[in-house]
Amino acid sequence: MANSGSLTDLTIAEARDGLRAGRFSAVDLTMAHLHAIEALNPRLNAFITVSHSKALAQAQAADAALAKGDYGALTGIPLAIKDLFCTAGIRTTAASRILEPFVPPYESTVTANLLRDGAVFLGKANLDEFAMGSSNMTSAFGPVENPWKRLQDQDAVLVPGGSSGGSAAAVAARLAMGATGTDTGGSIRQPAAFCGLVGVKPSYGRCSRWGVVAFASSLDHPGPFARTVQDSAIMLGSMAGFDPKDSTSAERPVPDYEAACKRGVKGLRIGVPREYRADGMPAEIEALWQQGLTWLREAGAEIVDVSLPHTKYGLATYYIVAPAEASSNLARYDGVRFGLRKDGGELAEMYGNTRAAGFGPEVRRRIMIGTYVLSAGYYDAYYLRAQKIRALILRDFNDVFAQVDALLTPTAPNAAFAQGENMDDPIKMYLNDVFTVGANLAGVPAISVPAGLDANGLPLGLQIIGKAFDEETVFAVSAAIERAAGFTALPQIRAGQ
Amino acid sequence: MTIYAIEGSTGPWEVVVGLEVHAQVISNAKLFSGSATTFGAEPNTQVSFVDAAFPGMLPVINREAVAQAVRTGLGLNAVIHKVSRFDRKNYFYADLPQGYQISQFEHPIVGTGVIEVELSDGSTKSIGVTRLHLEQDAGKSLHDQHPTKTFIDLNRSGVALMEIVSEPDIRSPEEAGAYLRKLRSILRYLGTCDGNMEEGSMRADVNVSVRKHGEPYRTRCEVKNVNSIRFVMQAVEAEAARQVEVWESGGTVVQETRLFDSNRGITRPMRSKEDAHDYRYFPDPDLLPLVLDEDWIAGLKAALPELPDAKQARFRAEYGLTPYDAGVLVAEKATAAFFETVARGRDAKIAANWVTGDFFAALNRTGATIETSPVSADNLGALLDLMADKTINGRIAKDVFEAMVETGKTPAEIVEERGLRQVTDTSAIDAAAAAILAANPDKVADYRSGKDKLFGFFVGQTMKAMAGKGNPALINETLKRLLG
Repeated sequence: MANSGSLTDLTIAEARDGLRAGRFSAVDLTMAHLHAIEALNPRLNAFITVSHSKALAQAQAADAALAKGDYGALTGIPLAIKDLFCTAGIRTTAASRILEPFVPPYESTVTANLLRDGAVFLGKANLDEFAMGSSNMTSAFGPVENPWKRLQDQDAVLVPGGSSGGSAAAVAARLAMGATGTDTGGSIRQPAAFCGLVGVKPSYGRCSRWGVVAFASSLDHPGPFARTVQDSAIMLGSMAGFDPKDSTSAERPVPDYEAACKRGVKGLRIGVPREYRADGMPAEIEALWQQGLTWLREAGAEIVDVSLPHTKYGLATYYIVAPAEASSNLARYDGVRFGLRKDGGELAEMYGNTRAAGFGPEVRRRIMIGTYVLSAGYYDAYYLRAQKIRALILRDFNDVFAQVDALLTPTAPNAAFAQGENMDDPIKMYLNDVFTVGANLAGVPAISVPAGLDANGLPLGLQIIGKAFDEETVFAVSAAIERAAGFTALPQIRAGQ
Repeated sequence: MTIYAIEGSTGPWEVVVGLEVHAQVISNAKLFSGSATTFGAEPNTQVSFVDAAFPGMLPVINREAVAQAVRTGLGLNAVIHKVSRFDRKNYFYADLPQGYQISQFEHPIVGTGVIEVELSDGSTKSIGVTRLHLEQDAGKSLHDQHPTKTFIDLNRSGVALMEIVSEPDIRSPEEAGAYLRKLRSILRYLGTCDGNMEEGSMRADVNVSVRKHGEPYRTRCEVKNVNSIRFVMQAVEAEAARQVEVWESGGTVVQETRLFDSNRGITRPMRSKEDAHDYRYFPDPDLLPLVLDEDWIAGLKAALPELPDAKQARFRAEYGLTPYDAGVLVAEKATAAFFETVARGRDAKIAANWVTGDFFAALNRTGATIETSPVSADNLGALLDLMADKTINGRIAKDVFEAMVETGKTPAEIVEERGLRQVTDTSAIDAAAAAILAANPDKVADYRSGKDKLFGFFVGQTMKAMAGKGNPALINETLKRLLG
């Protein structure tokens, strides 16, 4: 048996080949990750729940399948599942007190697809409460530590980004080979950038939302985290697919994403949206962006300046639409049927007690905002106007994709910040989503790829945005960036260290 | 047309009524889940995770419920909207698991239509339909099962309802009743709602206002959840009378939701203002707009059954029935079918008389329905045949019919068993008639001296002597000859 350190360092593609060649077993691989979790999770807090025995049973089943040659795309691959995906028989909390005792009797479509393909679930990854946050600081189960450290400030505990911070930290620290996330305004791509990972937000409708605890239905996108573009392609290939149980699911065949990674970018037209040149963008992020464009040009792509004129309204639009939907989606957490209940003298009092005890401050804030923007007298000024601007933003993307095949932008306006920073003003935190919300509002696919380090030695990501349902081009461009960047830096906190 | 008015101290007041009818869609599954919808099942046995709004559950529209709404729209001569949309109506209640009801607020599936009603004075009136939309029903809160707790039954949660909204075209309790009866009849013909108000599968909210002739509309009140046609008519009357009194005593009618207390025959306010809801309607992001294919609608239209108005017209034309008889016979699809079976190949007027007369009376008396009736349409038709071919006479037919109601046997069996076959043997009639005349020489003399009316006495006596089985025409003929 290979030593644990090297097993947890493998990519999904390498592990897949190793398992099929019999170089190690799925149980070896799962045990190596469970040991890593045991060692590091007390510090990182990347997992809310570790499903030890289930993981081992799944690994044993994977070994049996491998022995018979009857394996799927992910047979024996240990993954972390964002604790927003309902998993049958495994507690699913959404990082909220209100769902703390909730054990779903059903499996989300995306996780069922992963299980169908043989994946092993190590446990449920931490997140911002109900996926509301950009730092993982709003989890009722405590913050997650980013495995990366600032070179000059080893004491600072950095955030992994959010909302899928636990997923990102787990994959970065080698506690899992890949992870599921959900991206409502950047919740996969921003933590991927903060943790030096590949994060994929596919097209809206590509991955079923059935069984995923809803935050904002029209913006929620399940997607994968992995350490390489190829790995993320393997995972998305398994997670994606039409689901008749989700009315917004797209009835389209799932292409071979892994093959698309090898396409190259020769002849592709890559757009540079001028509105993404935000004032006050750190020079190193601007420099990395230019570097990315150079890499693509050198690989044979043509770089084109384009305009997404309504970009500046994206964040405001997002922070009206998302809370509006959330205020309604979270109404079901009322203490009547499942989860937390705090009794009261009468029904309204029970609601008040339950929801006050069950929801944290950020969730309460967004419910308030959402209730406000939908209420009589304000609906037209906020919600309706936001919907109109959303239509204009979608038109911007459609117009641009008539000219180019993909867009290249930075993923986030900064590298990972420290726990406690940006906490004084919610708007500052919301600004982290400035480059990512557009793709959610338009439903187009986008990938964040690690492309370099800042002066503190922290990873920075570049974002590739493509046409709806053209994930293949986005994978091709991402893979080209990955090859050119040769990103080999490792987080200081990781398994085997 | 008679004008209905409430006579106040300041003169007559016109009553203005609009009805919102909630009709439960006949479908095996709920509007957005596959759960069953059988009435009266054990509590919480027809509940899916979608109906109970578990985390991550999503609605998927039931195609059959959509088809039922379209059929209903077509039956109401209404505009079918090829694109409609589902919205969320947000409010908290313990029997509303999602915390919102999925409904159609801005863009309903069916637009304006019309219902023709017949009134007791023989006139007809068109009442406009504003819209029909699909929505989910809520569950049920049971407050009487425990001293301090409320129990929740989610069997009804998510069941498909059609809300059918009328224009404020109704001007009297009678018109309100006629509208509801006609609507129910159309729904039953279409098979889109069973119209059973007792089981709650059809409920009405009644909007009432009053005004002086020629005025614009005054403030209306909504009387919620009235569950019988009779109560709707009473509620209109009671609420209109109340409003007249408010206006005439110098007060102002406030727009509010009220309940009808059927025991006391009055309406009373439902809730105070503090519970006034802001429903925060917005398009349900879990559902795409509902887009209907033109050919699909055309297919549903082609497959529609004959509806009450068309059937009534045909019954008048084809069978020569009066508008009244035709109206009575078409009110229920089953009755119309029963009548047509009886009338086919026979004298339609006699068939109509028997169905609306003795047959309806028997149903009323025995509490049976057309479906459970011991007398089948074929057997009633056979009875008419026995009269037509003079096997029995009309008087015996009544007795045979009663025996059919009691035993469920065919008329032929009963006639055979009881020996009720009509006597057409002229020698037997001659003998019976001669015996009657011989036994009543004084009356024969009176008759011959001009008391014509006594002829009926001789007929009755002869028939009686023959145990009712004599052929009436032959008895008449014989007596005339003998008395001649």
